[in-house]
Amino acid sequence: MRRRHITWLALFAALMLVLAACGDSTDDTTADTDAPQSTEAPTETTAAAEPFKIAIIAPSASNDLAFTQSIVDAVDVIKGEMGNVEVAVTDGTFIVDDAAAAIRGYADDGFDLVIAHGSQYGGSLQEIAPEFPDVSFAWGTAADTFGLANVFSYEAASDEGGYVMGAMAAALSESGVIGIVGPIEVGDAKLYVDGFAAGAAGATVNINYTGSFSDVALASEAGQAHAAAGADIMTGTAQMVVGAIGVADEQGILWFGTQANQASLAPDIVVASQVYHWEVILRDIISNIESGTLGGEIYSINLANGGEVIEFNDGYALPADVMQIAEDTIAGIIDGSISTGG
Amino acid sequence: MSDFFTQAILVATVASGIRLAVPLLLASLGETFGQRSGVLNLGVDGIMLLGAFGGYYAVLETGSVWLGLLMGIGVGIILGLVSAVISVTLKAEQGISGIGVYLFGLGMSDLLFQKLVGTPRPVSSFPKLDIPGLSDIPILGDMLFRHSIIVYVAFGLVPVSMYIINRTTFGMNIRAVGENPEAADSLGVSVVRTRYLTVTIGGTLAGVAGAALAIDLGIFQQNLTNAQGFIAIALVYFGAWRPAGVMGGALLYGFVNSLVLQFKTLGIIPRSWSDIAAMAPAIITILALVLVARRFRQPAALTKPFSRGA
Repeated sequence: MRRRHITWLALFAALMLVLAACGDSTDDTTADTDAPQSTEAPTETTAAAEPFKIAIIAPSASNDLAFTQSIVDAVDVIKGEMGNVEVAVTDGTFIVDDAAAAIRGYADDGFDLVIAHGSQYGGSLQEIAPEFPDVSFAWGTAADTFGLANVFSYEAASDEGGYVMGAMAAALSESGVIGIVGPIEVGDAKLYVDGFAAGAAGATVNINYTGSFSDVALASEAGQAHAAAGADIMTGTAQMVVGAIGVADEQGILWFGTQANQASLAPDIVVASQVYHWEVILRDIISNIESGTLGGEIYSINLANGGEVIEFNDGYALPADVMQIAEDTIAGIIDGSISTGG
Repeated sequence: MSDFFTQAILVATVASGIRLAVPLLLASLGETFGQRSGVLNLGVDGIMLLGAFGGYYAVLETGSVWLGLLMGIGVGIILGLVSAVISVTLKAEQGISGIGVYLFGLGMSDLLFQKLVGTPRPVSSFPKLDIPGLSDIPILGDMLFRHSIIVYVAFGLVPVSMYIINRTTFGMNIRAVGENPEAADSLGVSVVRTRYLTVTIGGTLAGVAGAALAIDLGIFQQNLTNAQGFIAIALVYFGAWRPAGVMGGALLYGFVNSLVLQFKTLGIIPRSWSDIAAMAPAIITILALVLVARRFRQPAALTKPFSRGA
C-alpha cells in the first residue's frame, strides 16, 4: 500500500515538473520567435482607461494559415487601430468541452467580447451566454444568435471568392480536370467548395470530402487521388489542406487557397488565395458594444464589404486574360450580375 | 466505376494504401514487442507526435531528412524509457499512465511547434527510391517499387521482427515474460530488463513512425497523427501479436482508406455518402479485429505489472 502511494506521488511530482517546465519555456522563448502567443498580455494599460478586452476561442492553431489565423489576424488589426485593447487567445480547442470551459472562464473574467470561432461551439454558447448578460459573445461561422440579446453571429460568403477562383481555375486548366479537397460537407467549407465548383462550370470538378478537419495524411492522399484522376488545378479548405498543398507542390499542380494567404506554403504553385478580413465586421460589433448593444445581429463578410479579398501571389505569373476574368467576376458578384448559386 | 479500372488510378490507389499503412505499421510493430512482453503502452500516439515534431524540426533546421529520422529515433528512445519507468519500475496502471504520456505528447508537440516554428513551413521529404529492375515491371513496379526509402524500411522490419521474436533468445525471453513472468524469472530471465528493452523498442519505432509521417508529408501541424497511434494499438490485437498479422492489418486499413478516397474523387461514392464512407476504414478494421482476434489468445501477462515474490 505504501509503495503504491509512493508511486502515485512520484507520478504527480513528475507531472508538476513537466507543467513547471512548460511554463518556463513559454516565458523564455516568446521573445525569440515571431509566432503569435497563445495568450497575449495587454500591451497598454493605463490607470485612466480600462482596456477593451477581447477573447478568442478557436479550434486549431493561431498560425494555421487557415480558419483560426483569420480571426487572430483580424483581432490584431483591431488592436492596432484601437490601441487600448487586451487580447487573450485560447487556440487548439478541438474538444468542444474544453472550448466551453474557456468561453465560460473569459466571461467570468469580465471580458467585453468573447469570440467563439467555430460553428461547433454553438450549443455551448447557447447555454453559457444567458448566464452572463453583461458580456457580449460573437459566434461563427453561423447565422443564428439563438434569439439572445448578447450574442452576435458572423459568417463568410466564402462561395463568392470560391466562385471567382473557380472561374480562374477553369480558364487556367489544360487538362480540364480540377480537384477539390474538403473536410466535412458543412458550413464555410461547403459554401466555398460549392462556390468554387459553380465558378469552374465547364471543367470536370472532382470533389473529395475526406471526413476530417485535421487528418493531414488523408488530405495528402486525397491530393494524390486528384492527381491520378488528371487534375492540374487543386484547391481545398480547412486546416488539414497543408497535406494536399504539399502534393500539389511536388507534382507542379496549381493551387488556390482560402481563409488565409497560403502562398508561403508553396510560392511556385499558389495562384491566389481568398483571404478573410473579419476586422470589417469586428469594427461594427465593437461599436455596437460600446453603444450598449451586446448582440442580436448577424454579420457576413463578402467581396462587396471588403471582408473577403482575393490576394494574388506575386510569385506566380498570372496570364492577363485570367486576371481579367478574375476582375470581371469580382465586379459581377459585387454588382449582383453574377450569382454564385449559393 | 469504369474510371477506376484504369492503370493510373489502380496504381495510385495501391501506392496510396501502402503509404497510409507505413506509420501504422512502424508504430504497431514496436507496440507488438511491448505487448508480447506483457506491457500495453497507450502512449504510442503521444510518442508519435513528439517524434513527428522532432523529426520535422530537425529537417527544418538542418535540411537533412536523415537527421530528422535520427531525431525521431532519439525522441522515441527517451519516451520509450520514460514509459518503461512508469509501467515497469513504478508499476503504474497501464491503461491510465499511457493516456498521460499521450496527453503529454499531444500538448508538448504543439507547444514546441508554436514556440519554435510558428506558422507551418514545408520541409524536404524522403527521397524516392526506385528499386532497380523491380520498378520497371509493368504496373506492379509502379505500385510497389517506386516509394520513398522509409516505406521499404518499414516493410523490411516485418521479417526482422518475426525473426527476433520467434528465432532469438531475446525473443524467447520476450514471449516467456509476456506469458508467465514468474516462471521466466525463476529461470533467470530478467523480467524488468526484458520489458525495459521491449517498451523502449516500442517507443523508438513510435518515434520513427511519427518522424516518417511528418517528413513524408513535409509539414507539421497540431495533432498531426490524428490518433494513428491508437489505431496502431488496435492493429496489434488485429494482428494477434504477430508482426505479419500486424502488417496485414496496417495494409487493410491503408487500402480501405485509399479505396474510399479514390471512389469519392471519382464520384463512385455519392457526396451524400461521403461522411459515412469516411468511417469505413475504422468499421471494417473493427469487424476484422473482432473476427480475427477471437481466434487468438493475448499474452497471459499483458497489462500485469511484475513483482518478484508477489
